[in-house]
Amino acid sequence: MNTIDRLKKKADQLRMDTLDMILEAGSGHIGGSFSIADIITSLYYDVMDITGGPHDEDRDRFVLSKGHANPILYAVLLDKGFVPKDAKGTLRQFGSPFQGHPDSSVCPGIDCTTGSLGQGISVGTGMALGLKKLGKDSRVFVVAGDGELNEGLCWEAFMAASNFQLDNLTIIIDRNMLQLGGHTEDLMKLGDLKAKMESFGFAVDEIDGHDIGSIGSTLRKKYPDTPHCIIAKTIKGKGVSYMENNPSWHGGIPKGEEVAQAYKELGGTCHG
Amino acid sequence: MADKKATRHGFYDGLVNLARKHHDIYAVDADLGSATGSAIFQKEFPDRYIDVGIAEQNLVGISAGLARVGLVPFCSSMAVFVAGRGFEIIRNAVAYSRINVKIVGSHTGITAAGDGGSHQAIVDLAAMRAIPNMVVLSPCDYFQAAKMAELMYAHQGPMYIRTSREPVEAVTSLDDEIVLGKAQQLCDGKDVCIIATGMMTVLAIEAAKALHEEGIEAKVVNIHTIKPLDAIGIKEAVLSCKGRVVVCEEANMFGGLSEGVASILIEEDGIRFAWVAIEDRFGQSGATSVLLGAYGITKENIVRKAWSVIQR
Repeated sequence: MNTIDRLKKKADQLRMDTLDMILEAGSGHIGGSFSIADIITSLYYDVMDITGGPHDEDRDRFVLSKGHANPILYAVLLDKGFVPKDAKGTLRQFGSPFQGHPDSSVCPGIDCTTGSLGQGISVGTGMALGLKKLGKDSRVFVVAGDGELNEGLCWEAFMAASNFQLDNLTIIIDRNMLQLGGHTEDLMKLGDLKAKMESFGFAVDEIDGHDIGSIGSTLRKKYPDTPHCIIAKTIKGKGVSYMENNPSWHGGIPKGEEVAQAYKELGGTCHG
Repeated sequence: MADKKATRHGFYDGLVNLARKHHDIYAVDADLGSATGSAIFQKEFPDRYIDVGIAEQNLVGISAGLARVGLVPFCSSMAVFVAGRGFEIIRNAVAYSRINVKIVGSHTGITAAGDGGSHQAIVDLAAMRAIPNMVVLSPCDYFQAAKMAELMYAHQGPMYIRTSREPVEAVTSLDDEIVLGKAQQLCDGKDVCIIATGMMTVLAIEAAKALHEEGIEAKVVNIHTIKPLDAIGIKEAVLSCKGRVVVCEEANMFGGLSEGVASILIEEDGIRFAWVAIEDRFGQSGATSVLLGAYGITKENIVRKAWSVIQR
Protein backbone atom coordinates (compact mmCIF):
# COMPACT_ATOMS: atom_id res chain seq x y z
CA MET A 1 0.00 0.00 0.00
CA ASN A 2 1.46 3.40 -0.93
CA THR A 3 1.53 6.33 1.46
CA ILE A 4 -1.57 8.02 0.07
CA ASP A 5 -3.67 4.86 0.32
CA ARG A 6 -2.35 4.16 3.81
CA LEU A 7 -3.31 7.69 4.93
CA LYS A 8 -6.76 7.45 3.32
CA LYS A 9 -7.39 4.20 5.15
CA LYS A 10 -6.19 5.75 8.40
CA ALA A 11 -8.52 8.74 7.97
CA ASP A 12 -11.54 6.49 7.55
CA GLN A 13 -10.49 4.37 10.51
CA LEU A 14 -10.28 7.55 12.60
CA ARG A 15 -13.73 8.58 11.34
CA MET A 16 -15.10 5.22 12.51
CA ASP A 17 -13.37 5.52 15.89
CA THR A 18 -14.92 8.98 16.18
CA LEU A 19 -18.34 7.59 15.38
CA ASP A 20 -17.83 4.86 18.00
CA MET A 21 -17.08 7.45 20.65
CA ILE A 22 -19.90 9.83 19.76
CA LEU A 23 -22.47 7.01 19.60
CA GLU A 24 -21.31 5.80 23.01
CA ALA A 25 -21.46 9.31 24.46
CA GLY A 26 -24.78 10.12 22.82
CA SER A 27 -23.47 13.58 21.90
CA GLY A 28 -20.55 15.20 20.10
CA HIS A 29 -19.78 16.95 16.82
CA ILE A 30 -19.58 14.50 13.92
CA GLY A 31 -19.84 16.97 11.02
CA GLY A 32 -16.85 19.11 11.96
CA SER A 33 -14.80 16.08 13.03
CA PHE A 34 -15.28 14.40 9.64
CA SER A 35 -14.48 17.54 7.65
CA ILE A 36 -10.99 17.72 9.23
CA ALA A 37 -10.33 13.96 9.33
CA ASP A 38 -8.05 14.00 6.29
CA ILE A 39 -6.19 17.11 7.47
CA ILE A 40 -5.58 15.73 10.95
CA THR A 41 -4.48 12.39 9.50
CA SER A 42 -1.97 14.10 7.24
CA LEU A 43 -0.64 16.12 10.19
CA TYR A 44 -0.30 13.30 12.71
CA TYR A 45 0.69 10.45 10.37
CA ASP A 46 2.78 12.25 7.77
CA VAL A 47 3.87 15.82 8.44
CA MET A 48 4.29 16.66 12.13
CA ASP A 49 7.43 15.67 14.04
CA ILE A 50 6.13 14.08 17.22
CA THR A 51 8.58 11.21 17.33
CA GLY A 52 9.69 12.28 20.82
CA GLY A 53 6.16 11.86 22.17
CA PRO A 54 3.59 14.31 23.49
CA HIS A 55 5.89 15.90 26.09
CA ASP A 56 9.04 16.37 24.00
CA GLU A 57 9.94 20.08 24.11
CA ASP A 58 11.19 19.96 20.52
CA ARG A 59 8.04 18.43 19.03
CA ASP A 60 5.78 20.16 16.54
CA ARG A 61 2.58 21.47 18.15
CA PHE A 62 -1.04 21.05 17.14
CA VAL A 63 -3.86 23.36 18.17
CA LEU A 64 -7.46 22.43 17.45
CA SER A 65 -8.92 25.90 17.63
CA LYS A 66 -12.31 24.57 16.55
CA GLY A 67 -12.33 22.56 19.76
CA HIS A 68 -15.73 21.00 19.18
CA ALA A 69 -14.18 18.74 16.55
CA ASN A 70 -12.11 17.05 19.24
CA PRO A 71 -13.51 13.50 18.91
CA ILE A 72 -11.37 13.05 15.79
CA LEU A 73 -8.33 14.34 17.72
CA TYR A 74 -9.10 11.96 20.59
CA ALA A 75 -9.22 9.14 18.04
CA VAL A 76 -5.67 10.12 16.98
CA LEU A 77 -4.39 10.30 20.56
CA LEU A 78 -5.82 6.86 21.28
CA ASP A 79 -4.34 5.42 18.11
CA LYS A 80 -0.93 6.95 18.93
CA GLY A 81 -1.05 5.50 22.43
CA PHE A 82 -0.77 8.95 24.05
CA VAL A 83 -3.96 8.16 25.99
CA PRO A 84 -4.79 4.71 27.45
CA LYS A 85 -7.12 2.62 25.30
CA ASP A 86 -9.74 2.35 28.02
CA ALA A 87 -10.46 6.07 27.68
CA LYS A 88 -12.20 5.38 24.37
CA GLY A 89 -15.62 4.75 25.87
CA THR A 90 -15.50 7.79 28.17
CA LEU A 91 -16.10 10.72 25.80
CA ARG A 92 -17.96 13.50 27.63
CA GLN A 93 -18.22 11.40 30.79
CA PHE A 94 -17.49 12.58 34.32
CA GLY A 95 -13.77 12.37 35.09
CA SER A 96 -12.79 11.54 31.52
CA PRO A 97 -9.65 12.87 29.81
CA PHE A 98 -11.98 13.26 26.82
CA GLN A 99 -13.88 16.34 27.93
CA GLY A 100 -16.50 17.79 25.60
CA HIS A 101 -13.86 20.26 24.42
CA PRO A 102 -10.08 19.74 24.74
CA ASP A 103 -8.52 20.40 28.15
CA SER A 104 -4.75 19.91 28.20
CA SER A 105 -4.67 19.57 31.98
CA VAL A 106 -6.50 16.23 31.88
CA CYS A 107 -5.64 14.84 28.44
CA PRO A 108 -2.06 13.95 27.42
CA GLY A 109 -1.26 14.96 23.86
CA ILE A 110 -3.53 18.02 23.84
CA ASP A 111 -1.13 20.89 23.17
CA CYS A 112 -3.70 23.62 23.81
CA THR A 113 -6.97 23.91 25.67
CA THR A 114 -9.65 25.33 23.41
CA GLY A 115 -13.44 25.28 23.20
CA SER A 116 -14.00 29.01 23.25
CA LEU A 117 -13.70 29.86 19.58
CA GLY A 118 -10.94 32.11 18.31
CA GLN A 119 -8.63 31.50 21.24
CA GLY A 120 -6.63 28.63 19.75
CA ILE A 121 -5.46 30.84 16.90
CA SER A 122 -4.18 33.41 19.40
CA VAL A 123 -2.52 30.87 21.70
CA GLY A 124 -1.03 29.03 18.73
CA THR A 125 0.47 32.32 17.54
CA GLY A 126 1.99 32.80 20.99
CA MET A 127 3.40 29.28 20.90
CA ALA A 128 5.02 29.92 17.52
CA LEU A 129 6.48 33.19 18.79
CA GLY A 130 7.76 31.51 21.96
CA LEU A 131 9.37 28.64 20.03
CA LYS A 132 11.19 31.18 17.87
CA LYS A 133 12.35 33.09 20.94
CA LEU A 134 13.67 29.78 22.30
CA GLY A 135 15.53 29.16 19.05
CA LYS A 136 13.65 25.94 18.29
CA ASP A 137 12.76 24.65 14.83
CA SER A 138 9.39 23.28 15.94
CA ARG A 139 6.35 24.23 13.90
CA VAL A 140 2.85 25.05 15.11
CA PHE A 141 -0.20 23.88 13.18
CA VAL A 142 -3.59 25.37 14.01
CA VAL A 143 -6.86 24.03 12.62
CA ALA A 144 -9.59 26.66 12.74
CA GLY A 145 -13.17 26.63 11.54
CA ASP A 146 -14.43 29.09 8.97
CA GLY A 147 -17.38 30.05 11.19
CA GLU A 148 -14.86 30.59 13.97
CA LEU A 149 -13.38 33.48 12.01
CA ASN A 150 -16.41 35.56 13.08
CA GLU A 151 -14.48 36.05 16.34
CA GLY A 152 -12.46 39.29 16.33
CA LEU A 153 -9.61 37.71 18.29
CA CYS A 154 -8.66 35.63 15.21
CA TRP A 155 -7.85 38.80 13.32
CA GLU A 156 -5.85 40.27 16.20
CA ALA A 157 -3.78 37.10 16.11
CA PHE A 158 -3.41 37.12 12.31
CA MET A 159 -2.05 40.66 12.48
CA ALA A 160 0.45 39.60 15.14
CA ALA A 161 1.53 36.45 13.27
CA SER A 162 2.46 38.53 10.27
CA ASN A 163 3.99 41.33 12.36
CA PHE A 164 6.27 38.85 14.16
CA GLN A 165 7.10 37.05 10.86
CA LEU A 166 6.08 33.66 12.23
CA ASP A 167 7.11 31.36 9.40
CA ASN A 168 6.82 28.43 11.83
CA LEU A 169 3.05 28.94 12.06
CA THR A 170 0.51 27.32 9.74
CA ILE A 171 -3.18 28.14 10.09
CA ILE A 172 -5.42 25.60 8.37
CA ILE A 173 -8.92 26.93 7.84
CA ASP A 174 -11.54 24.21 7.58
CA ARG A 175 -13.61 25.91 4.88
CA ASN A 176 -16.72 23.74 5.01
CA MET A 177 -18.99 26.78 4.52
CA LEU A 178 -21.29 25.77 7.36
CA GLN A 179 -21.66 26.90 10.92
CA LEU A 180 -24.27 26.08 13.53
CA GLY A 181 -26.86 28.53 12.25
CA GLY A 182 -26.43 27.77 8.55
CA HIS A 183 -24.27 28.77 5.58
CA THR A 184 -21.26 30.93 6.49
CA GLU A 185 -21.92 33.35 3.64
CA ASP A 186 -25.55 33.86 4.70
CA LEU A 187 -24.89 34.19 8.40
CA MET A 188 -21.79 36.39 8.46
CA LYS A 189 -20.06 36.41 5.13
CA LEU A 190 -16.32 35.90 4.96
CA GLY A 191 -16.27 36.80 1.28
CA ASP A 192 -12.90 36.46 -0.42
CA LEU A 193 -11.10 34.71 2.40
CA LYS A 194 -7.90 34.25 0.41
CA ALA A 195 -7.67 37.98 -0.24
CA LYS A 196 -8.45 38.73 3.39
CA MET A 197 -5.70 36.43 4.66
CA GLU A 198 -3.21 37.75 2.10
CA SER A 199 -4.01 41.30 3.14
CA PHE A 200 -3.21 40.26 6.72
CA GLY A 201 0.24 39.22 5.56
CA PHE A 202 -0.15 35.45 5.13
CA ALA A 203 1.10 33.27 2.31
CA VAL A 204 -2.12 31.53 1.30
CA ASP A 205 -2.69 28.19 -0.41
CA GLU A 206 -6.13 26.93 -1.32
CA ILE A 207 -6.53 23.17 -1.49
CA ASP A 208 -9.07 20.37 -1.53
CA GLY A 209 -9.16 19.47 2.16
CA HIS A 210 -9.90 15.84 1.36
CA ASP A 211 -7.07 15.30 -1.15
CA ILE A 212 -4.63 13.78 1.27
CA GLY A 213 -1.73 14.04 -1.17
CA SER A 214 -2.03 17.77 -1.71
CA ILE A 215 -2.73 18.33 2.00
CA GLY A 216 0.66 16.83 2.86
CA SER A 217 2.64 18.64 0.19
CA THR A 218 1.01 21.97 1.09
CA LEU A 219 1.57 21.49 4.83
CA ARG A 220 5.27 20.96 4.11
CA LYS A 221 5.60 24.31 2.37
CA LYS A 222 7.43 27.07 4.20
CA TYR A 223 7.47 30.72 3.27
CA PRO A 224 10.42 32.66 4.73
CA ASP A 225 9.44 35.23 7.37
CA THR A 226 5.75 34.79 6.53
CA PRO A 227 3.03 32.84 8.31
CA HIS A 228 1.24 30.27 6.20
CA CYS A 229 -2.51 29.91 5.74
CA ILE A 230 -4.08 26.93 4.08
CA ILE A 231 -7.70 27.34 3.10
CA ALA A 232 -8.87 23.74 2.98
CA LYS A 233 -12.12 23.37 1.08
CA THR A 234 -13.90 20.65 2.92
CA ILE A 235 -17.27 18.98 3.20
CA LYS A 236 -18.88 18.95 6.60
CA GLY A 237 -19.69 15.33 7.45
CA LYS A 238 -17.31 14.08 4.71
CA GLY A 239 -17.32 10.32 4.32
CA VAL A 240 -20.96 9.59 5.09
CA SER A 241 -23.21 10.59 2.18
CA TYR A 242 -26.30 11.59 4.13
CA MET A 243 -24.25 13.79 6.48
CA GLU A 244 -22.31 15.62 3.81
CA ASN A 245 -23.06 19.34 3.55
CA ASN A 246 -26.02 19.03 5.90
CA PRO A 247 -25.82 21.46 8.85
CA SER A 248 -28.06 19.22 10.97
CA TRP A 249 -25.01 16.92 11.38
CA HIS A 250 -23.09 19.71 13.17
CA GLY A 251 -24.16 18.05 16.40
CA GLY A 252 -26.66 15.40 15.28
CA ILE A 253 -26.36 11.72 16.26
CA PRO A 254 -27.21 8.92 13.79
CA LYS A 255 -29.84 6.39 14.78
CA GLY A 256 -30.97 2.95 13.62
CA GLU A 257 -30.26 2.34 9.93
CA GLU A 258 -28.19 5.52 9.73
CA VAL A 259 -25.57 3.95 11.99
CA ALA A 260 -25.07 0.85 9.85
CA GLN A 261 -24.97 2.95 6.70
CA ALA A 262 -22.35 5.27 8.15
CA TYR A 263 -19.97 2.41 9.03
CA LYS A 264 -20.60 0.75 5.69
CA GLU A 265 -19.73 3.89 3.74
CA LEU A 266 -16.57 4.34 5.78
CA GLY A 267 -15.51 0.85 4.78
CA GLY A 268 -16.04 -0.97 8.01
CA THR A 269 -18.66 -2.59 10.17
CA CYS A 270 -20.24 -1.32 13.33
CA HIS A 271 -17.69 -1.96 16.09
CA GLY A 272 -18.88 0.66 18.56
CA MET B 1 8.29 57.83 55.58
CA ALA B 2 10.03 57.46 52.26
CA ASP B 3 9.03 59.28 49.09
CA LYS B 4 5.71 58.34 47.57
CA LYS B 5 6.03 55.81 44.77
CA ALA B 6 3.44 53.89 42.74
CA THR B 7 2.97 50.13 42.91
CA ARG B 8 2.94 49.94 39.10
CA HIS B 9 6.58 51.05 39.13
CA GLY B 10 7.49 48.95 42.14
CA PHE B 11 6.34 45.82 40.41
CA TYR B 12 8.36 46.38 37.22
CA ASP B 13 11.45 47.50 39.14
CA GLY B 14 11.20 44.16 40.94
CA LEU B 15 10.61 42.23 37.74
CA VAL B 16 13.54 43.82 35.89
CA ASN B 17 15.79 42.90 38.78
CA LEU B 18 14.53 39.33 38.70
CA ALA B 19 14.76 39.08 34.91
CA ARG B 20 18.51 39.67 35.12
CA LYS B 21 18.79 36.27 36.77
CA HIS B 22 15.95 34.41 35.04
CA HIS B 23 16.08 34.50 31.26
CA ASP B 24 12.68 32.84 30.76
CA ILE B 25 10.89 35.95 32.05
CA TYR B 26 9.10 37.88 29.29
CA ALA B 27 7.01 41.04 29.48
CA VAL B 28 4.05 41.39 27.12
CA ASP B 29 2.06 44.61 26.79
CA ALA B 30 -0.69 46.08 24.64
CA ASP B 31 0.76 49.45 23.68
CA LEU B 32 0.55 50.81 27.21
CA GLY B 33 4.06 50.14 28.49
CA SER B 34 4.60 53.73 29.51
CA ALA B 35 1.40 53.60 31.58
CA THR B 36 1.57 50.11 33.08
CA GLY B 37 5.24 50.51 33.99
CA SER B 38 6.51 47.73 31.70
CA ALA B 39 8.47 50.22 29.55
CA ILE B 40 11.40 49.89 31.94
CA PHE B 41 11.53 46.17 31.14
CA GLN B 42 11.50 46.92 27.41
CA LYS B 43 14.43 49.28 27.86
CA GLU B 44 16.64 46.66 29.52
CA PHE B 45 15.37 43.54 27.73
CA PRO B 46 14.10 44.56 24.29
CA ASP B 47 14.35 40.97 23.01
CA ARG B 48 12.18 39.70 25.85
CA TYR B 49 9.54 42.39 25.50
CA ILE B 50 6.58 41.74 23.21
CA ASP B 51 4.14 44.48 22.30
CA VAL B 52 0.99 43.03 20.71
CA GLY B 53 -0.52 46.42 19.93
CA ILE B 54 -3.90 47.58 21.18
CA ALA B 55 -5.37 44.09 21.48
CA GLU B 56 -5.98 42.86 25.02
CA GLN B 57 -7.58 39.58 23.99
CA ASN B 58 -4.54 38.68 21.93
CA LEU B 59 -2.32 39.96 24.76
CA VAL B 60 -3.63 37.16 26.94
CA GLY B 61 -3.77 34.55 24.15
CA ILE B 62 -0.18 35.22 23.01
CA SER B 63 0.96 35.06 26.64
CA ALA B 64 -0.77 31.70 27.08
CA GLY B 65 1.12 30.46 24.02
CA LEU B 66 4.47 31.69 25.37
CA ALA B 67 3.75 29.93 28.67
CA ARG B 68 2.78 26.74 26.88
CA VAL B 69 6.25 26.44 25.36
CA GLY B 70 7.95 27.05 28.71
CA LEU B 71 8.46 30.82 29.01
CA VAL B 72 7.15 32.87 31.95
CA PRO B 73 5.16 35.78 30.52
CA PHE B 74 4.00 38.76 32.59
CA CYS B 75 1.29 40.43 30.50
CA SER B 76 0.06 43.87 31.33
CA SER B 77 -2.43 46.50 30.42
CA MET B 78 -4.65 48.81 32.35
CA ALA B 79 -6.67 46.53 34.61
CA VAL B 80 -9.94 47.70 33.15
CA PHE B 81 -8.89 46.29 29.76
CA VAL B 82 -6.82 43.22 30.60
CA ALA B 83 -9.19 41.91 33.28
CA GLY B 84 -12.27 43.08 31.39
CA ARG B 85 -11.71 42.58 27.69
CA GLY B 86 -9.21 39.80 28.40
CA PHE B 87 -11.48 38.03 30.85
CA GLU B 88 -12.77 35.27 28.62
CA ILE B 89 -9.29 34.36 27.38
CA ILE B 90 -7.97 34.45 30.95
CA ARG B 91 -10.78 32.10 31.97
CA ASN B 92 -10.45 29.51 29.20
CA ALA B 93 -6.92 29.73 27.78
CA VAL B 94 -5.12 30.45 31.06
CA ALA B 95 -6.93 29.51 34.26
CA TYR B 96 -8.94 26.48 33.11
CA SER B 97 -5.81 24.44 32.42
CA ARG B 98 -3.61 26.23 35.02
CA ILE B 99 -1.29 27.84 32.46
CA ASN B 100 1.61 29.79 33.96
CA VAL B 101 0.61 33.29 32.85
CA LYS B 102 1.04 36.29 35.16
CA ILE B 103 -1.40 39.09 34.54
CA VAL B 104 -0.58 42.64 35.61
CA GLY B 105 -3.49 45.09 35.80
CA SER B 106 -2.50 48.70 36.40
CA HIS B 107 -4.53 51.88 37.02
CA THR B 108 -6.93 50.14 39.37
CA GLY B 109 -9.71 51.81 41.30
CA ILE B 110 -10.72 55.42 40.76
CA THR B 111 -7.20 56.79 41.18
CA ALA B 112 -6.83 56.46 37.41
CA ALA B 113 -8.51 59.82 38.06
CA GLY B 114 -8.37 62.09 35.03
CA ASP B 115 -9.10 59.36 32.48
CA GLY B 116 -12.61 58.92 33.88
CA GLY B 117 -14.95 55.99 34.38
CA SER B 118 -14.03 54.26 31.11
CA HIS B 119 -10.51 53.66 32.42
CA GLN B 120 -11.12 53.06 36.12
CA ALA B 121 -11.01 49.38 37.07
CA ILE B 122 -13.53 48.78 39.82
CA VAL B 123 -14.62 45.23 38.96
CA ASP B 124 -11.24 43.58 38.29
CA LEU B 125 -10.95 42.14 41.80
CA ALA B 126 -14.39 40.56 41.62
CA ALA B 127 -13.79 39.27 38.10
CA MET B 128 -10.39 37.70 38.79
CA ARG B 129 -11.43 36.36 42.19
CA ALA B 130 -14.37 34.54 40.59
CA ILE B 131 -12.11 32.40 38.35
CA PRO B 132 -11.07 28.98 39.72
CA ASN B 133 -7.29 28.34 39.86
CA MET B 134 -6.57 32.09 39.88
CA VAL B 135 -4.37 33.67 42.55
CA VAL B 136 -5.09 37.38 43.09
CA LEU B 137 -2.52 39.78 44.55
CA SER B 138 -2.91 43.39 45.62
CA PRO B 139 0.27 45.03 46.97
CA CYS B 140 -0.07 47.98 49.34
CA ASP B 141 3.03 49.95 48.37
CA TYR B 142 6.07 50.19 46.11
CA PHE B 143 8.22 47.74 48.07
CA GLN B 144 5.54 45.12 48.43
CA ALA B 145 4.84 45.34 44.69
CA ALA B 146 8.57 44.95 43.97
CA LYS B 147 8.82 41.88 46.15
CA MET B 148 5.76 40.33 44.56
CA ALA B 149 7.59 39.87 41.25
CA GLU B 150 9.70 37.21 42.92
CA LEU B 151 6.73 35.58 44.60
CA MET B 152 4.88 35.42 41.28
CA TYR B 153 7.84 33.93 39.43
CA ALA B 154 8.26 31.26 42.10
CA HIS B 155 4.60 30.24 41.96
CA GLN B 156 3.60 27.88 39.14
CA GLY B 157 0.18 28.80 37.76
CA PRO B 158 -2.06 31.71 36.80
CA MET B 159 -1.87 34.90 38.86
CA TYR B 160 -3.30 38.38 38.71
CA ILE B 161 -1.62 41.39 40.34
CA ARG B 162 -3.43 44.68 40.79
CA THR B 163 -1.27 47.82 40.70
CA SER B 164 -2.08 51.50 41.04
CA ARG B 165 -1.19 54.64 39.17
CA GLU B 166 -1.12 56.91 42.19
CA PRO B 167 2.09 57.13 44.25
CA VAL B 168 1.57 56.20 47.90
CA GLU B 169 3.73 56.29 51.00
CA ALA B 170 5.63 53.13 51.84
CA VAL B 171 4.31 51.22 54.83
CA THR B 172 6.44 48.10 54.30
CA SER B 173 10.07 47.57 53.38
CA LEU B 174 12.02 45.15 51.22
CA ASP B 175 12.92 43.30 54.44
CA ASP B 176 9.28 42.49 55.21
CA GLU B 177 8.51 38.94 54.23
CA ILE B 178 5.40 38.33 52.12
CA VAL B 179 3.81 34.92 52.52
CA LEU B 180 1.32 34.04 49.78
CA GLY B 181 -2.17 33.80 51.26
CA LYS B 182 -1.25 35.23 54.66
CA ALA B 183 -2.77 38.36 56.13
CA GLN B 184 -0.16 40.86 57.30
CA GLN B 185 -0.70 42.77 60.53
CA LEU B 186 0.80 46.26 60.33
CA CYS B 187 -0.62 47.85 63.53
CA ASP B 188 -1.77 46.09 66.66
CA GLY B 189 -4.99 47.00 68.47
CA LYS B 190 -7.95 45.43 70.26
CA ASP B 191 -10.92 47.77 69.73
CA VAL B 192 -11.53 47.47 66.01
CA CYS B 193 -9.90 45.61 63.12
CA ILE B 194 -9.32 47.54 59.90
CA ILE B 195 -8.69 45.19 56.99
CA ALA B 196 -7.36 46.89 53.87
CA THR B 197 -5.74 46.18 50.54
CA GLY B 198 -3.78 48.12 47.93
CA MET B 199 -3.59 51.88 48.33
CA MET B 200 -6.25 51.67 51.09
CA THR B 201 -3.71 50.21 53.50
CA VAL B 202 -1.85 53.49 53.94
CA LEU B 203 -5.20 55.20 54.57
CA ALA B 204 -6.06 52.50 57.11
CA ILE B 205 -2.83 53.20 58.99
CA GLU B 206 -3.57 56.94 58.97
CA ALA B 207 -7.08 56.18 60.23
CA ALA B 208 -5.64 54.02 63.02
CA LYS B 209 -3.44 56.94 64.09
CA ALA B 210 -6.45 59.27 64.14
CA LEU B 211 -8.45 56.72 66.14
CA HIS B 212 -5.57 56.44 68.60
CA GLU B 213 -5.92 60.18 69.26
CA GLU B 214 -9.57 59.47 70.04
CA GLY B 215 -8.70 56.70 72.49
CA ILE B 216 -9.37 53.76 70.15
CA GLU B 217 -6.73 51.10 69.45
CA ALA B 218 -7.21 49.82 65.92
CA LYS B 219 -5.56 46.75 64.50
CA VAL B 220 -4.59 47.17 60.83
CA VAL B 221 -4.35 44.08 58.67
CA ASN B 222 -3.02 44.36 55.13
CA ILE B 223 -4.38 41.80 52.66
CA HIS B 224 -1.84 41.43 49.85
CA THR B 225 -3.34 38.13 48.73
CA ILE B 226 -7.01 38.57 47.85
CA LYS B 227 -7.19 34.94 46.77
CA PRO B 228 -6.60 32.60 48.48
CA LEU B 229 -7.88 34.75 51.31
CA ASP B 230 -6.41 34.04 54.75
CA ALA B 231 -9.56 32.79 56.51
CA ILE B 232 -7.78 31.78 59.71
CA GLY B 233 -5.76 34.99 60.01
CA ILE B 234 -8.75 37.22 59.28
CA LYS B 235 -10.97 35.38 61.74
CA GLU B 236 -8.35 35.59 64.50
CA ALA B 237 -7.71 39.28 63.87
CA VAL B 238 -11.39 40.23 63.90
CA LEU B 239 -12.28 38.09 66.91
CA SER B 240 -9.37 39.64 68.85
CA CYS B 241 -11.08 43.03 68.24
CA LYS B 242 -14.46 42.10 69.73
CA GLY B 243 -15.80 41.13 66.29
CA ARG B 244 -15.59 44.73 65.05
CA VAL B 245 -14.30 45.03 61.50
CA VAL B 246 -14.03 47.63 58.75
CA VAL B 247 -12.93 46.38 55.32
CA CYS B 248 -11.38 48.88 52.91
CA GLU B 249 -10.83 48.44 49.17
CA GLU B 250 -10.59 50.74 46.19
CA ALA B 251 -13.01 48.63 44.18
CA ASN B 252 -16.71 48.09 43.77
CA MET B 253 -18.37 46.81 46.94
CA PHE B 254 -19.50 43.59 45.24
CA GLY B 255 -17.31 40.55 44.78
CA GLY B 256 -14.04 41.96 46.08
CA LEU B 257 -12.29 41.91 49.44
CA SER B 258 -15.32 43.11 51.44
CA GLU B 259 -17.54 40.24 50.42
CA GLY B 260 -14.62 37.86 50.78
CA VAL B 261 -14.07 38.89 54.40
CA ALA B 262 -17.84 38.85 55.06
CA SER B 263 -18.07 35.28 53.80
CA ILE B 264 -15.28 34.22 56.17
CA LEU B 265 -17.03 35.84 59.16
CA ILE B 266 -20.60 34.91 58.30
CA GLU B 267 -20.81 32.01 60.74
CA GLU B 268 -19.21 33.86 63.67
CA ASP B 269 -21.32 35.36 66.43
CA GLY B 270 -21.24 39.03 67.33
CA ILE B 271 -19.65 40.39 64.16
CA ARG B 272 -20.08 44.12 63.54
CA PHE B 273 -19.13 44.75 59.93
CA ALA B 274 -18.70 47.87 57.82
CA TRP B 275 -16.93 48.57 54.59
CA VAL B 276 -15.27 51.41 52.77
CA ALA B 277 -15.54 50.71 49.07
CA ILE B 278 -17.05 52.14 45.92
CA GLU B 279 -20.77 51.93 46.39
CA ASP B 280 -21.86 50.30 43.15
CA ARG B 281 -21.39 53.19 40.79
CA PHE B 282 -18.97 54.00 38.01
CA GLY B 283 -16.13 56.43 38.44
CA GLN B 284 -15.63 59.70 36.61
CA SER B 285 -12.94 62.27 35.84
CA GLY B 286 -11.63 64.59 38.49
CA ALA B 287 -8.60 65.48 40.54
CA THR B 288 -7.56 62.42 42.57
CA SER B 289 -8.20 64.05 45.94
CA VAL B 290 -11.61 65.31 44.82
CA LEU B 291 -12.61 61.89 43.49
CA LEU B 292 -11.46 60.05 46.60
CA GLY B 293 -13.51 62.42 48.73
CA ALA B 294 -16.59 62.12 46.53
CA TYR B 295 -16.45 58.32 46.63
CA GLY B 296 -15.70 58.06 50.35
CA ILE B 297 -12.24 56.58 49.83
CA THR B 298 -10.74 58.57 52.70
CA LYS B 299 -9.11 58.25 56.07
CA GLU B 300 -12.05 60.18 57.54
CA ASN B 301 -14.56 57.68 56.20
CA ILE B 302 -12.57 54.78 57.63
CA VAL B 303 -12.58 56.52 61.04
CA ARG B 304 -16.32 57.15 60.76
CA LYS B 305 -17.01 53.51 59.83
CA ALA B 306 -14.79 52.33 62.70
CA TRP B 307 -16.83 54.36 65.17
CA SER B 308 -20.05 53.00 63.63
CA VAL B 309 -19.05 49.41 64.38
CA ILE B 310 -17.74 50.33 67.85
CA GLN B 311 -20.98 52.08 68.78
CA ARG B 312 -23.33 49.56 67.18
